[in-house]
Amino acid sequence: MKLRNPDREVTVTGPLRVRDLLVGVGLHPNAVLVIRDRELLTGEDTVADTDTVEVRPVISGGAR
Amino acid sequence: MKCRRCRGRAVVEVPRANAAFCSACFTDHYVRNLVVRAIRHDRMFGPDARILVAVSGGKDSLALWQILVDLGYEADGMYVGLGIGGYSDRSGKVCQDFADRLGRKLIAVDLEEYAGYTVPQAAATKRRPACSTCGTSKRHVFNAVARDHGYDVLATGHNLDDEVAVLFGNVLRWETGYLARQSPVLESSHPSLVRKVKPLYRIAERETAAYCVLKGIDYVVEECPLVDGNTQLKYKRALDALEEQSPGTKHNFLFGFLDKGKEHFPADGVELRECESCGSATPGDTCAYCRARSAVLLTIQPRPVDPDSP
Repeated sequence: MKLRNPDREVTVTGPLRVRDLLVGVGLHPNAVLVIRDRELLTGEDTVADTDTVEVRPVISGGAR
Repeated sequence: MKCRRCRGRAVVEVPRANAAFCSACFTDHYVRNLVVRAIRHDRMFGPDARILVAVSGGKDSLALWQILVDLGYEADGMYVGLGIGGYSDRSGKVCQDFADRLGRKLIAVDLEEYAGYTVPQAAATKRRPACSTCGTSKRHVFNAVARDHGYDVLATGHNLDDEVAVLFGNVLRWETGYLARQSPVLESSHPSLVRKVKPLYRIAERETAAYCVLKGIDYVVEECPLVDGNTQLKYKRALDALEEQSPGTKHNFLFGFLDKGKEHFPADGVELRECESCGSATPGDTCAYCRARSAVLLTIQPRPVDPDSP
């Protein structure tokens, strides 16, 4: 699993539901997108041991 | 999980609407309809308006530009290069590539050429937070360029989460003047000010990010390196925790304020005049941009050598 901002990689044993995967690494499902092969996954989708997913934060701050 | 609209496979959940959508229904109906509703409900602009979109390379501004062009509006983009090293270089390239993809004009302004300083130089003075000087500078440049190029309206990518975080901060500090001014439309209150609108204010931050991924928009994912510790980010994280427990909290907070709270904070009626230095609107003698710029330039420009000094 590739986490962004800051970039790092975490290996998690699957299969896991996306929602459980995020809670397991301490992330709010509403604060990130989970992307597999350029496709978005919902919290109900399952990721397998062999999958590589990107977890992309959606919060941006600063002066707008 | 099925799409609420077409019953196909859902790829985006929208807990605040107790719904999920497939890719096409999310981008071309849910998001698009929320933008159309914002434009019509708040009478942001008409079909023939010349719109300048303030773009940063981030998800919100690029999504906004894409949606406005898809809706048939004459919308150009404007990017301000802030001089934040590789981050600004990448952001500028993303904006230009996106303008080329849309086939629309991008006006790019380099802050150092325009104002004589970069945002890192302003941050190094430590007189004000980096985000504060950056925001003041960008607002000034965006308005000046929109005005000088004859655009009818300046559109920014502020989303629901941005507006809620600002409202939250203003309530925490009871900033009644700011509460009076918080609105999806900022009317021109002086000849030097261009009307400003926020067509994404009904769309959550996660929804604009999902829109970009689904539309294949290559936005800058990395966060500005100077934003660490930013107050608005702290508010957003706190609000996310509330939203997680009670979906719809953010929406209800903002729209409750706009519908029922804002009327209790009347505008202060301060008369604006022209800044003595640049001519922009200001309640005082010198505008916030010129004051900030002077302070930064004083610290970064070498002092003249005194020939009589030892």
